[in-house]
Amino acid sequence: MNNWIEVCKLDEIPRSAARTVRAGDTVIAIFRLSDDRVKAVENRCPHRQGPLAEGIVSGDDILCPLHNWRIHLDSGEVAPPDEGCVKTYAVKIEDGQVLLSLA
Amino acid sequence: MKKKLVMIGNGMAGMRAIEEILAANPDMFDITIFGAEKYPNYNRIMLSPVLAGDTTVEEIILNDEQWYADHGITLHLGKRVSEIQRGYKKVVAEDGTVAEYDNLIIATGSNPFIIPIPGHDKEGVMAFRDIDDCDAMFEAAKTYKKAAVIGGGLLGLEAAKGLLHLGMDVTVIHDQATLMNMQLDAVAGEMLRDELESQGMKFRVSTLTTEVLGDKRVTGLKFKDGSTLDCELLIMAVGIRPNKQLAEECGIFCNRGIVVNDYMQTVTDPSIYSVGECAEHRGIAYGLVAPLFEQAKVLAYQITGQGLKSYQGSVVSTKLKISGVDVFSAGDFMGGPGADIVELTDRVGGVYKKLVLEDDKIKGVVMFGDTADGPTFFQWMQDGKDVSEMRSTLLFSASGLGDSGHSGLDQASQMSDETIVCGCNGVSKKDIVDAIVKEGLTTRKEITACTKAAGSCGGCAGLVDQLLAATLGTAFVESDHEPICACTELNHEQVKEQVKNKHLTHVREVMHVLDWEGEGCQVCRPAINYYIGMIWPEEAEDDRTSRIANEKMHANIQKDGTFSVIPRIYGGETTPDALIRIATVAKKYNVPTVKITGGQRIDLLGVKKEDLIPMWKDLDMPSGYAYGKALRTVKTCVGSQWCRFGTQDSTALGIHLEKELERMWFPAKVKLAVSGCPRNCAEATIKDVGIVGVDGGWEIHCGGNGGVHVVATELLCIVETAEEVEEIVKAYLQHYRETGRHNERCAPWQQRVGLESIKAAVVDDIDNRKALVERLHQYLATQDKDPWVERIEDAEKENLKTFTEYKPIEIPVRVEA
Repeated sequence: MNNWIEVCKLDEIPRSAARTVRAGDTVIAIFRLSDDRVKAVENRCPHRQGPLAEGIVSGDDILCPLHNWRIHLDSGEVAPPDEGCVKTYAVKIEDGQVLLSLA
Repeated sequence: MKKKLVMIGNGMAGMRAIEEILAANPDMFDITIFGAEKYPNYNRIMLSPVLAGDTTVEEIILNDEQWYADHGITLHLGKRVSEIQRGYKKVVAEDGTVAEYDNLIIATGSNPFIIPIPGHDKEGVMAFRDIDDCDAMFEAAKTYKKAAVIGGGLLGLEAAKGLLHLGMDVTVIHDQATLMNMQLDAVAGEMLRDELESQGMKFRVSTLTTEVLGDKRVTGLKFKDGSTLDCELLIMAVGIRPNKQLAEECGIFCNRGIVVNDYMQTVTDPSIYSVGECAEHRGIAYGLVAPLFEQAKVLAYQITGQGLKSYQGSVVSTKLKISGVDVFSAGDFMGGPGADIVELTDRVGGVYKKLVLEDDKIKGVVMFGDTADGPTFFQWMQDGKDVSEMRSTLLFSASGLGDSGHSGLDQASQMSDETIVCGCNGVSKKDIVDAIVKEGLTTRKEITACTKAAGSCGGCAGLVDQLLAATLGTAFVESDHEPICACTELNHEQVKEQVKNKHLTHVREVMHVLDWEGEGCQVCRPAINYYIGMIWPEEAEDDRTSRIANEKMHANIQKDGTFSVIPRIYGGETTPDALIRIATVAKKYNVPTVKITGGQRIDLLGVKKEDLIPMWKDLDMPSGYAYGKALRTVKTCVGSQWCRFGTQDSTALGIHLEKELERMWFPAKVKLAVSGCPRNCAEATIKDVGIVGVDGGWEIHCGGNGGVHVVATELLCIVETAEEVEEIVKAYLQHYRETGRHNERCAPWQQRVGLESIKAAVVDDIDNRKALVERLHQYLATQDKDPWVERIEDAEKENLKTFTEYKPIEIPVRVEA
């Protein structure tokens, strides 16, 4: 069961960039892709905990600002030759509102 | 139909062979692998660092289970093979699993040797060989305090260091007088012992253990001289034995190990191969990792029928993986009577280097403390290089980088393409250089991420840095036609030309019109964004999403995700009021570190993202652009205003230049310096542009760099007035802006295009000089606002998102029902 939480409006996230959301101790980065789809992952690169929200968005991938690891935002998987995975969260848009699920 | 390949053993050597086979011919075999351990292939040589807490088990897994699945390999983990039936060409596991083969690889590795003294089978006596041993040692350290390690060799010392790290009291018992006597001579062994003793390790050398004491569990050791030692955990690390049992039982000829020919085939059965520590080649069973890579390659060539590469044996070198202790050894390091030995001993400094020579060639090397040149000496030893002309300086530095780094001759450039740089991961020089050139890598971390080189023990990090310096230093000449990155076929010059001819002013437009692959990456997007702004200053729209984090945030991102704030301090000259303001802000926002930078300004480090804007506002000082490929600092000395030697007012000129050029973006960061006399206290001759005051005028130097690859400036010209300095410096920098490639510093740019052509453009051709300055001013006119002020104003406007970009949205945590 997803408990959808209203986070912000879509146009409050710059296109091809991210906003961070803090839920308790967890910081989640919500990305607005170039085609206005949204993706959410934990804001910590599996490599050295880099804040992914500050990275460059490329297609459905994010490039970590610290050491340029490439992470696929759908699966959370790190692109080879690096290895690792970041936690992903369900996120959707309804009536211009971005909804996030922590489930 | 595919042939069936079965491998017994799932360790580094075998898996390397499988990877080589897949690379040579991915479709030739159906592959089945049996592994006795329950883990997928991991980097066994990294167990010591795991134990020492330097890395984790997860980090040393080389191929995870998904990898096997992706390559269609059937993997039987935790299944020990009990029999090879050569007549039926099949293997049978203990649980009854059967696999048929056309080709079989035996890669069963080796077993630790347990000395059969009385009591060796008591509880608490173990070897140090696999992840389970590691886990057992972690567990034991929670309950017990006193540990003993029998064996003062490589593995024994690494195990002892690990136990020490786990808080145990550790004594190493060694039967010889010298630690690591297989690799070190007496002097190096003694220095190693001193160092380890200072870390808390205890030693009993020249001591033979005769009995393990205790009832059920070990309580102590008894030695030949009758003395005893209490211990609750005993690690035996006296050596390994090739694991040849399965092969022997099915009639394959074995000696110390499974005997193989030069193609890694068993001499008994050509359909069966063996590789790694279990294999014996020309009388040697290697116990180190480096030879395995070559063996694996030969095996793959042979089994896939690719050709006649043969294995001729390996010369091995050794490094100890204990952090803070550098030991290197290779070849005949003892030297017989009358041997030609060059050595350097510095006991206080903890450095020892010894080379054994024969006929002016290196036969052996042993080093302690400073081992940076070890791989070079090892390479020279293998190459049979004549070192007679270098005898007098040989031990001070084999590489040019040892003195000040700009001799251009270093060990990396002398290595052959095939030389393995990273022995832990089998990465060759060519692999690294190709990665640097093709992927546009600029840091060792990127190289490690891309190739895994320097990712394990880190011993080759220095060499990787040299390759980086050597490659970046010359790549600009060699790679004129290299594309910017993997996202495009076009190189920097072609992109600039297209941006100009097609009048492209948006990053996305450029990528669309020029057929970019995907949405670009951290290499090409910032480059395009720079080029459109440089070529069309008035029309181009700066794409913040194509800027790297530092430039997007106008602050430098630090390793923990916080930022640093550096306000501009023109010429490094400040006032009491400005200092008080910085101090007040630092206190107000609890800035953890306040640091004076090398560029004569003040760095406030550890700032939270959400504090950036309020801090900038409180500071009320211009942004220092310390985060950007932009004008950073103009460093100055005090000059004639105060200095009794000063001939020119360097501070005033420096401040003026910094005010003129601030907010200027460049292909890479730009640092200036102005010295008031030839004593050059501002270190102007390693800056992008350095100005040195002389009697009656100024020297303009350019193209220097103080980074990885130190480059001294070249003299551009000498002029009489500060006005001329300003004009020529502006013209030089604009010329660099227009012809430099993104991420190319002034120094390599100047080396690429040549000082003479620069002189012609900015000094000799006065019309061109004026035109360059004019274009620079046109650009500066578009940069009319300080970026911090812009952000502050954004934040103060209603309904604007920019401010909140700097601040996380808080949401309640929902606890799942």
